Amino acid sequence: MGHKKKTAGTVILQREIAPQIFDMWIETDLAREAGAGQFAALYPKGESMLLPRPISVCETDRQAGRLRIVYRVQGKGTREFSAYAKGDTVFLSGILGNGFPLMEAEGKRALLAGGGIGIPPLLELAKELRGEKTIVAGYRDKNLFLKEDMEKYAPFYAATEDGSAGTKGNVLDAVRERGIAPEVIYACGPMPMLRAVKEYAAQAKIKAYLSLEERMACGIGACLGCVCKTTKKDGHSHVKNARICTEGPVFEAGEVDI
Amino acid sequence: MKTEVTIAGVRLKNPVMTASGTFGSGIEYSEFVDLNRLGAVVTKGVALEPWPGNPTPRVAEVYGGMLNAIGLQNPGISVFLERDLPFLEAYDTKIIVNVCGKTIEEYLAVVERLGDSSADLLEINVSCPNVKEGAIAFGQNADCLYEITSRIKKKAKQPIIMKLSPNVTDITEMARAAEAAGADALSLINTLTGMKIDIHKRAFALANKTGGLSGPAIKPVAVRMVYQCANAVTIPIIGMGGIADGEDAVEFLMAGATAVSVGAMNFHDPYTTLKVIEGIEAYMERYGVNDIHELIGCVR
Repeated sequence: MGHKKKTAGTVILQREIAPQIFDMWIETDLAREAGAGQFAALYPKGESMLLPRPISVCETDRQAGRLRIVYRVQGKGTREFSAYAKGDTVFLSGILGNGFPLMEAEGKRALLAGGGIGIPPLLELAKELRGEKTIVAGYRDKNLFLKEDMEKYAPFYAATEDGSAGTKGNVLDAVRERGIAPEVIYACGPMPMLRAVKEYAAQAKIKAYLSLEERMACGIGACLGCVCKTTKKDGHSHVKNARICTEGPVFEAGEVDI
Repeated sequence: MKTEVTIAGVRLKNPVMTASGTFGSGIEYSEFVDLNRLGAVVTKGVALEPWPGNPTPRVAEVYGGMLNAIGLQNPGISVFLERDLPFLEAYDTKIIVNVCGKTIEEYLAVVERLGDSSADLLEINVSCPNVKEGAIAFGQNADCLYEITSRIKKKAKQPIIMKLSPNVTDITEMARAAEAAGADALSLINTLTGMKIDIHKRAFALANKTGGLSGPAIKPVAVRMVYQCANAVTIPIIGMGGIADGEDAVEFLMAGATAVSVGAMNFHDPYTTLKVIEGIEAYMERYGVNDIHELIGCVR
């Protein structure tokens, strides 16, 4: 038996930090092993719900054993989580996934690019990544959740779809407007954004590490539900379909066919 | 208290195994579960060559269950023999290898490759609803099922378990055909074909449009079919469909199953198999059952 486990954590704090975006600190020893870009699977208590919800690590306090997640209420499961209050039990398994490769940024100017609910994992990444780094986050509107937290670790620029804050447009519009010239990119966000980042990185001839998302069932690599197409044979099934929960969720952009 | 059961001459320390496709080859779940405690591990379906499976999304949650249309992604028999089987050999549990194919010849070739392997039993998947050719086509017509069963039985060195589809008018007809063709045991049920539409996107929840429904939502259907088949054939039945705890497992045993498989509920709780084993023992303790055979088919 290995290091993954399903465990009961305790909610320390929960608040809504933007419409439908919730910020929860959980006391759990999973926090001690959690790194940037990894995720936990949270199990709803409602008996009609079978599957855990994969939610990425926003921040971890390894010494105190506290894990922070920031998630959007998307359906029944996340709605249940959003109702948890201080002292409530939360069932979760982890820590899952490979996480962002921190070494790849050594001696390079790094861009941390996030879109929407893909922004939270950039906080722990910004904390852990050494060297020169810039965060560019794309939001719908001026509800710039996690802005103050991230500004502590790196220069932060926002883009908004409606132009109500920062650059009007998307993450790459802000990158161009600010004249940011990264040598490596770490990105998490919706698929159109990740495709654009992949193309940008290919043109700039730099590496980009993309955190992907897919509907999951087991979360641990057994069910083969959450695969993505890869350019080379994957290590598990040898069919160019890698498991996002296990080989990922972070892939080098050139490795995946998105 | 005796929990040992026998399937086609293979003795299992307890009747609890894993449903094919929900437990990989045990590698991933071994981080959570001591595989030595399981009666058997039933592996994910393996074909002759690697299969890429279906496009994503492949899974969707529904009330009390889930839909899947993985499409039998698997690395093929060679990798399976080199990597997955040796992993399982290290454990004190029985190994049941699930076999899939698109043609009878493919099934036969896989069965032949497994002939000298450490597999204790072979489970033949003729009931996957998510691949277009083969698979379920063999499981929805009694004549086809008879033919594939008898041809595999002639080739197989291990006893064979035919895994039946519930997506038929009369499952006892299939059970009888498999038994008549020489099947040593039956597994049932595979998933029920279902569909989910995402009304916000006006699109199917699964890329494959349809998928197999599993989980507690299907348990009453599965119990009914196990009961019907147990009364139609004399070969042992491995019952499955939404088993979440020991009480669910006992229900299947009482309906006539000799063993049970835990499937979708592994996703809900990776420790479900252990919970089921402990729950069966607790039930036996509570009701003073000395031998699990007292429960098998006791409700008639």
